[in-house]
Amino acid sequence: MPDPEARRWVGKRYKRKEDLRLLIGEGKFVDDIQLPKMKHAAIIRSPYPHALIKNIDTTQAEKLPGVRGILTGQDVKEMSKPFPCGVPIPPKYYSCAVDKVRYVGEPVAVVVADSRYIAEDALDLIQVDYEPLPVVMDIEEAAEPDAPVLHDNIGSNIYSHRLMQYGEPAKAFEEADLLVKGKFLFPKYGSTPIETYAVVASYNPVNQEFVIYNNYQGPFVNHSLVALALGIPENKMRWIVPTDIGGGFGTKTGVFPYIALIALASKKTGMTVKWIEDRREHLLASATGTDRVTYMEAAVKRDGTILALKDKAMDNTGGYIRAPEPGCAYRSTGNHTGAYQIRHLDREVMVVGTNKCLTSPNRGYTCQELYFSVERLVDMVAAQLGMDPAEIRFKNFIQPDQFPYTTATGGIYDAGNYQKAFQKALDIVDYPKWRQEQEKARQQGRYIGIGIATIVDPSVTNIAYVTTALTPEQRAKGHPKSGSGESMTIKMDPLGQVHVIACTNPQGQGHETVISQIVADELGIDPDGITVSNVVDTHDRVYTITTGSYSSRFASVGTNALVNATRKLKDKLFKIAAHLLEVSPDELVLENQKFHVKDQPEKSIAVRHVAGTAHWHQTALPEGMDVGLFASSLITMPTSKPPDELDRVDSSNTYGFCCEVIVVEIDPETCEIKFHKWASMHDSGTVLNPMILEGQVMGSITHGLGGALYEEFAYDENGQCLTASFQDYLCPTSMEVPDIDIGHVETPSPFTALGSKGAGEASCESVPVAVANAIADALAPLGVVINELPLTPSKIWHLIKEAKAKQA
Amino acid sequence: MAQRQRINLKVNGVEYEGEVEPRKLLVDFLREDLELLGTHVGCEHGVCGACTILLNGKAVRSCLMLAVQADGAELTTIEGLAQGAQLHPIQEAFHEHHGLQCGFCTPGMLLTSHEFLQENPSPTREEAKKAISGVLCRCTGYKQVIDSVMAAAETMKNE
Repeated sequence: MPDPEARRWVGKRYKRKEDLRLLIGEGKFVDDIQLPKMKHAAIIRSPYPHALIKNIDTTQAEKLPGVRGILTGQDVKEMSKPFPCGVPIPPKYYSCAVDKVRYVGEPVAVVVADSRYIAEDALDLIQVDYEPLPVVMDIEEAAEPDAPVLHDNIGSNIYSHRLMQYGEPAKAFEEADLLVKGKFLFPKYGSTPIETYAVVASYNPVNQEFVIYNNYQGPFVNHSLVALALGIPENKMRWIVPTDIGGGFGTKTGVFPYIALIALASKKTGMTVKWIEDRREHLLASATGTDRVTYMEAAVKRDGTILALKDKAMDNTGGYIRAPEPGCAYRSTGNHTGAYQIRHLDREVMVVGTNKCLTSPNRGYTCQELYFSVERLVDMVAAQLGMDPAEIRFKNFIQPDQFPYTTATGGIYDAGNYQKAFQKALDIVDYPKWRQEQEKARQQGRYIGIGIATIVDPSVTNIAYVTTALTPEQRAKGHPKSGSGESMTIKMDPLGQVHVIACTNPQGQGHETVISQIVADELGIDPDGITVSNVVDTHDRVYTITTGSYSSRFASVGTNALVNATRKLKDKLFKIAAHLLEVSPDELVLENQKFHVKDQPEKSIAVRHVAGTAHWHQTALPEGMDVGLFASSLITMPTSKPPDELDRVDSSNTYGFCCEVIVVEIDPETCEIKFHKWASMHDSGTVLNPMILEGQVMGSITHGLGGALYEEFAYDENGQCLTASFQDYLCPTSMEVPDIDIGHVETPSPFTALGSKGAGEASCESVPVAVANAIADALAPLGVVINELPLTPSKIWHLIKEAKAKQA
Repeated sequence: MAQRQRINLKVNGVEYEGEVEPRKLLVDFLREDLELLGTHVGCEHGVCGACTILLNGKAVRSCLMLAVQADGAELTTIEGLAQGAQLHPIQEAFHEHHGLQCGFCTPGMLLTSHEFLQENPSPTREEAKKAISGVLCRCTGYKQVIDSVMAAAETMKNE
């Protein structure tokens, strides 16, 4: 690792390069793409949550002037295949409903017309006859044998089901002094990026190639899966993602059915077709995080040591299941026991289907669901033992000298000092003072509560994790998967200027900026002069099957690939300079844009002359060396291996730490929540750019806050979505976000070139439960049970009312 | 096809005369007819604020207006804030204080802030927070947006 003292740019508050186009309205988003002869699509969607499609009559719509063609489910069935999915029996999930609809908002047909206005006019002229079927909306009811079945080919609503044991949980439960258990309900919510889904597709019937612009968060595995669904080789489908995506947060990492659907609409109509999802479509039918029911029990010693956990978690991927699901249930395998030394675990996981909208990862990808149970339960254990909730966490933390630490489930935690970070957060809040304040407040009938969550934030998903959905025996028969690779390319022009070619297509994370900072340090140059191109083009870019911006992977594997590529280029420069100066490379020093021989500053050559030679005087290069100055690195993380026969897997390859300490007060009249104090402490290794990091953490906290207090995709018992506008689906505005003290502890990761790792998802995982713990703590004297989110004022009001009635 | 209606308006200082369908949204007119792609559509029901522009100096949501309603008006969109290579102080402040991430809501944030700072050149932090509360941002958590608005106020006061 380079000496941190030698870093001039990494770790600095360097302003973003991306801003200089976005601030003047010159960003390039998919909706900004105008192609010749481009037409516009609108989608007719199911008003029923579960129904047979008896007939679709498009006659009147076809006659409307300006309509160029209509694609129905029948066309989709004939022209494509269902998307593959890593469960034993996948449902037949096409990009459009074929003979049955399974959630409100499911696409039923696509109209292509000269304008979006005309396309939407035509939707009103399409007559669809439905025969409604019984619905199932509840997770646990969906798993019952008598529930209405969504997919006949599966025969039940259970998409995935596994039992897994780690260590000796039965023995640990026998040895326990105390068992504490709870049932926890996590809501269905999402990150609702302000830019919705967007696709522009064209098809050439002669060479049978598709060109598809979209705003997916990578090529990732989705490029392969869409090609399989379209029944074409991957190289016949060129994907292009422009420089800018208007927010993603995982919402744009699930299988993106509209890429296939609009491609088929283009193929059928012979037109280039643009489709921009509207907000109602997004909230009804795009993708949300999974809702989850968890039963969790802890086996505990009297001194507070948590010996084992036993849990059953049931996820809900809605009307179908699509990749990367069933990842919801398996993605956090390696960090299932959080920040604690818990060696025994008995897990049951189940992924079911209901008549709700489908899922995708949602910033934090089910770690918020996991920690909502674990961290609520830890507080419940502390309460039963009469221990302070901070003390029980110190008691069970992994110790600083235990890293790298292998968890019971196979996660390899790279680095951390949980005690130090947590203590810092407690100090900022002045924890003992607030415990005293709480005591006083209680005597006055006021509800003050302190909420804590201490969690481990996984970054850099290892694609192997999803194969834990299969038993070891099933895995042995299938195709193994592993890896978390990324790609970076760097080149130097004849005047010595540097350009980096990346394919991480971020959604606001500032990769162009941070790439420039890192390369500037590695080559000793000014970051202002470095240019970066970061788009996806599956024909023109070199990338890996895991490439993209999801699972906070840039700071770990992205920087590894970048540093590796840059050092390859630097090595080549040294070799050429040494050859030209007739010395060996190890005799050279690079300083101030010049190579010189050690202790002989006069014997030197400027970098730009070395660069000029590499391009203009190719025969002057060392024998056998490639001409030009260009280096690529495509690498994965070393621990990114398949699961073992005991289902242990390093499901992510670096792990940060995050804790929240939050002081709230609940107004007894209105049940409004006031935040008195909030410390959010993070250890994501080396900080690359503190300004960008602060933005990532604040954004992450705000997503967590939304999940804790406001956001939920609500449905009535008939399966109608009640939150199809931003007037009903409540995202936090600036008024809802309190002042927060954000701090960092830097424990460099030994697995990354710069010691950095992911940071932008941590607080999404910790905030929902920390807020819940604060509210539970505030209402503890009333004996209120907090086991669900979002904690709206009306929900709290009812809980208080019920508790008071019980006490009376 | 509905009958088209003639409109005249000035956008970012440039006169425009043309014909539009009466039902065409102002935002679609700006993006499609005038090719001013900097104004973004986030919700089409007037809640998210991404499509905010200035109409005769007042911040309006261009997804809630028809193009014909802007007949005779003077409009400023995101493309009209900077003077050539010289960023407006509000843009400078957003750059300096990381007031944007993905940039999709940014045009709405900037023009909302512009109207606010014209009306209230010396705001308190709480006032700035309230002023941008009608623009949804899913990236920033708003803190650095508020920092940016406060910094812009400071610069503009000294100009």
